[in-house]
Amino acid sequence: MLAVAAVPGSVFPQRSADPNGVTAYFDGNPQLAPILDAVQLFDVYTSAWFSAIYILLFISLIGCVLPRTAVHFKALRSAPVDTPRSLSRMPAHLEIKASAKTRESVIEASAALLKRQGYRIQIQPGLDDTPASVSAERGYLRETGNLVFHLSLIGVLIAVGFGGGLSYSGQRVLVEGESFVNNLAGFDSFSPGTFFTEDKLVPFSVSLDKFEVDFDLQNQSNIGTPLDFRAFVTSQVVGETAPRTAVIRVNEPLELPGSKLYLTGNGYAPQLTIRDPEGNITYQGATPFLPQSAKYTSLGVIKVPDAKQQFGLIAFFYPTVAELETGALTSLYPAPYDPLLTMNVYVGDLGIDGGAPKNVYALDTSSMKQVAGGKSGVKGLKLQVGQTVKLPGELGTVTFDGLKRFASLDVSYNPGGLWVLVFSLLALAGVTTSLLVPRRRVWVKLADEGFELAALARGDDPTLEKVLGDLARELKPKSIKKESKA
Amino acid sequence: MTSIALNPELAGISRLFIQAAMLVYTAAFLSFAFHLSKLASTKKAVRSSASKLERAGIVLLAIAAVIHGAGVVLRGISASRVPWANMYEFSITGSFVVVSIFLLALAIKDIRLIATFVAGFNLLILGTADTVFWVNVKSLMPALQSYWLVIHVLVAVLATAFFNIGAALAIAYIFKTAKWVEKSKLKMVATFRRILALFPNEDKMERLSYRFNIIGFILWSFTLIAGAIWAERAWHRYWGWDTKEVWTFIIWTIYAGYLHANATRGWSGKRSAWLAIVGFVAILFNFTVVNLFFKGLHVYSGLK
Ligand code: HEM
Repeated sequence: MLAVAAVPGSVFPQRSADPNGVTAYFDGNPQLAPILDAVQLFDVYTSAWFSAIYILLFISLIGCVLPRTAVHFKALRSAPVDTPRSLSRMPAHLEIKASAKTRESVIEASAALLKRQGYRIQIQPGLDDTPASVSAERGYLRETGNLVFHLSLIGVLIAVGFGGGLSYSGQRVLVEGESFVNNLAGFDSFSPGTFFTEDKLVPFSVSLDKFEVDFDLQNQSNIGTPLDFRAFVTSQVVGETAPRTAVIRVNEPLELPGSKLYLTGNGYAPQLTIRDPEGNITYQGATPFLPQSAKYTSLGVIKVPDAKQQFGLIAFFYPTVAELETGALTSLYPAPYDPLLTMNVYVGDLGIDGGAPKNVYALDTSSMKQVAGGKSGVKGLKLQVGQTVKLPGELGTVTFDGLKRFASLDVSYNPGGLWVLVFSLLALAGVTTSLLVPRRRVWVKLADEGFELAALARGDDPTLEKVLGDLARELKPKSIKKESKA
Repeated sequence: MTSIALNPELAGISRLFIQAAMLVYTAAFLSFAFHLSKLASTKKAVRSSASKLERAGIVLLAIAAVIHGAGVVLRGISASRVPWANMYEFSITGSFVVVSIFLLALAIKDIRLIATFVAGFNLLILGTADTVFWVNVKSLMPALQSYWLVIHVLVAVLATAFFNIGAALAIAYIFKTAKWVEKSKLKMVATFRRILALFPNEDKMERLSYRFNIIGFILWSFTLIAGAIWAERAWHRYWGWDTKEVWTFIIWTIYAGYLHANATRGWSGKRSAWLAIVGFVAILFNFTVVNLFFKGLHVYSGLK
């Protein structure tokens, strides 16, 4: 049921994984989307109905496993069940003729043999109180494994629930040379679990000293593919005397007290200075540009709220620029061999003063007027490193001072992870045991002219007949008369 | 400065090997198919001449497997890493594992009955890989540079191969027990029925299918756990309901249901065989549709 319930989550875009996809879906299906949203199809895995199924599963697991554990405990302490009256009805059955002498000792001999093979045995007397049959059982581990598996699944569910509640993750973009402090104000975005409180954040600071990328230059078919990303960081944990330096790479997070620091993205951050006509600086700094392609054609937004007239820039950055036949620009290679910056300029209200938090990577141009680039009649600006160009009208000048790189870092903490792993591995071990260990009962019983053997398996056991054959051969090496059952 | 050495020429040679293997698989497939049609003959002489064809088919299959294996190894050498980092490589390695397991199992158990299926299916996989999934050798993107690539994907390949054979047996079982096959008066179906009569009995097939599927299930569980451990490092969370995670979980649940069906009697037989088939269809779906058409982090086809 959980399987079916999980399907829509892969069909519809999910807010948690793909927020842009959800927005796009709303734009594309304005009628349908709100209905789907009402039944939480964009938040399947946190939806009320998904949780309900999850809790139901949890309860039914407990309801099923606890009684079975009790039964199994009893079975573990009690002797194998009595020998049934008629053995010939069992799935595997042999009748063997034997002399009176063999008959005398066969029950003890088989009991000893079975015991050596790991069976639990019980000898049962006949009418005259001499031993008349053995009943043996082995493979209790099968049920133990099964119970361990189901109990561990409960463990996984609990660990996922509590771990998720205590977890948090925060994202921060750092340009080379910048640093941040591990508190709520230090993050660009933050998603806490239900039980999170701010004092869970261990106070430390991290600075990005340098960011390096290796692109493939050697292999013709592979030119420009990134081979390695390295973020060189220095971290200072409050209370420790010396700062620590480390390199973070994809697949190699940095472990800090109470959290891990991951490298999740990177790109270029052109350094710009904007001056008004009098030469006063109205904007200065390295702005992260988001990569739009594998060749790092990047898009950035610069907002200048403190000029006489508010204005904003939408800029493209090409690390190694080239012109297509259509006249459009593109980037040929992801490393900055021939970097170029192009800009479109918009004047008007930036919408920052309203107080509502605004995405720093987007410029809402709906109430702004384009004054350079596009259809404005004025050409867009183009700058190489070191160049200064004039902005249209009375906006002043912009200088492309230099180029830095940025890294997106993710600070995550989930105390449940380790327990989920432990329980999953236990579950795996349990299910493997329960699938591969055979559980079977074997009986040896005196008959009029010899003795009988029979076996019964719990579940699938292809070797049942062979087990009896081997047993018979050991008990009475000669003459085996087979009377197998269909 | 990291650097790697790729050898696209060698990758081209590897591709030739794969294509050659496809030719031999075709020959093996045809021998098995003719063998079956001869077996179905009503004439005794024709039937007794058939076993030669079958032996030829097995020999051809073994030859195909050797050429196929060489292609896989060369692919690995040309990329200087394990040959299973994208869909093309997953397909060629996976189908090689299928034929290897089949040939090994053949030495122990009589499962000739699905030889036609194995040869035909491998042909189909390699054909798809060569025409749709082909990509030249590429370096590993940083997210894939981890020893978990070796563990996680290798186990996924193995699990898929076991499920594949389990599903083949389940399909044979379904045909064998189908009412319409038993009752039909059509000549073609009657021929088909005679072929099926030559297969081992239903119980045996059901149990064999079960055996392959439980091993597949254990390996699949491990794939899922290993994937989660890796995801914790590469994607900074162990589970995030990414599309591939969702479908891997769905498949896991289907096979868990299959196991329960077999444990609690009454649901075994046809219904559990259908579950095994549904499970395998979901695996194919996960590998093809989810990889190519769904959005997610887990997109390593290398196709644009
Ligand atoms: C919980 C997390 C994960 C699950 C459930 C999962 C599941 C799977 C499955 C079922 C396959 C088999 C083939 C297929 O259907 O595509 C597979 C293959 C593969 N996995 Fe994962 N995986 C996970 C995490 C990861 C991570 C973190 C990486 C790498 C960063 C990764 C890399 C690959 C690659 C390269 C393949 C082979 C190529 C392919 O088939 O696309 N997986 N995974």
